[in-house]
Amino acid sequence: MLTRRIIPCLDVREGRVVKGVRFRDHVDMGDIATLAMRYRDEGADELVFYDITASPQGRRVERDWVERVARIIDIPFCVAGGIRSVADARDVLHAGADKVSVNTPALERPALVGELADAFGVQCVVVGIDSLRDEDGEWRVRQYTGDPSRTRALSRRTLDWVCEAQRLGAGEIVLNCMGSDGVRGGYDIEQLRQVRDLCDVPLVASGGAGEAMHFAQVFRQADVDGALAASVFHSGAVPIPALKKQLRQEDIEVRDAG
Amino acid sequence: MRVAVIDSGGANIGSVIYALERLGIDAALTADASEIRQAERVILPGVGAAATAMARLQEHGLVEVIRSLQQPMLGICLGMQLLFDHSDEGDVACLGLLPGRVRKLQGGPGIRVPHMGWNALRKQQESPLLAGVAEGAYAYFVHSFAAPVTVDALATSEHGERFAAVVGRGRCFGAQFHPERSASVGARILRNFIGMELA
Repeated sequence: MLTRRIIPCLDVREGRVVKGVRFRDHVDMGDIATLAMRYRDEGADELVFYDITASPQGRRVERDWVERVARIIDIPFCVAGGIRSVADARDVLHAGADKVSVNTPALERPALVGELADAFGVQCVVVGIDSLRDEDGEWRVRQYTGDPSRTRALSRRTLDWVCEAQRLGAGEIVLNCMGSDGVRGGYDIEQLRQVRDLCDVPLVASGGAGEAMHFAQVFRQADVDGALAASVFHSGAVPIPALKKQLRQEDIEVRDAG
Repeated sequence: MRVAVIDSGGANIGSVIYALERLGIDAALTADASEIRQAERVILPGVGAAATAMARLQEHGLVEVIRSLQQPMLGICLGMQLLFDHSDEGDVACLGLLPGRVRKLQGGPGIRVPHMGWNALRKQQESPLLAGVAEGAYAYFVHSFAAPVTVDALATSEHGERFAAVVGRGRCFGAQFHPERSASVGARILRNFIGMELA
């Protein structure tokens, strides 16, 4: 049986791993390769690297750290940030990344999702969605979230974008619930459930993990395929081996990396 | 040990080279027929679509080269699917080294396609390729098409349906998952492949 994935997310800025609260005020968390190795050794199932400044600054992911990570780790990883074209994606994939995730550039030009799927297969193409609930109760997508001064709200409803992204060729959706991100109060089950109902490809929950129980809740209640988190892993608040042990005790199937 | 990794045009070939590097093997990424023929081990990786990959092998005149090799060869992911007769992905004739037809995973309620993530390997037959790999060991899969469970299946996995996870016939081997991204289980399989002697 396919196991549920535990995915540490490493926000990368200028070649270092950083972490902010609600996407702001970033603190240095350490060296990319060091953290990647630590998570690999702890039994992470996959890693996601977000180059959080690439999209707002209109530049591409730096290939050298992607290659450095690919050389040392033996679990899959996905790279996000600043991938605007098939050529950009090819660069990152050739450097050794297993998947690319597109967010802002896919909103600017949705056809990009289809172009990437045609070039590399849907299994390489992840669409990342930053979503926030508006006052009218609708979830809508946000753009340029790596830079608070440039973050923009769009009129596009999150649920519509989830459907469109799949139609265009997304092989996986990462839903980042901005309202719960960084505050450790649990994943946004309500939103994830609604997205799950519309999502036939793998869905990864992001934003809100604060303790091991939150992972069990999101797997059980929102039926997501993976759960992504950053600060609880970086800080050691939720050690991955203990988390997996607890999930197994609750009959949630996870990979035994032992 | 000379290892050739066939440049089949797939995008993340780099990770196969790096995995071999971690085992102390300096592999050559190549689409050159004579280099492939002279290698002691040949790896056919691949991510992308079957039709595109077959077209590229034809373009480089590699179809007959691969069919006539005598040394151990390992197809990975799409590379394993290409070993079969035919793939429904693009309805294309493949290398025909293993009998069978590659089909799309059906999916269903709670069974999402692509099949993406770590899944358990169930051994079908003993093989030097799987020496030291425990029953139920997890490997990392990312695919939407899969090969049938035939007499050539060395291990299977299940995602709504059973499919071939590891295959072997004579000098030809294949892994539907990515050994280069399957932690110690994958490293062991790659090491077994490099070290194996053909009967």
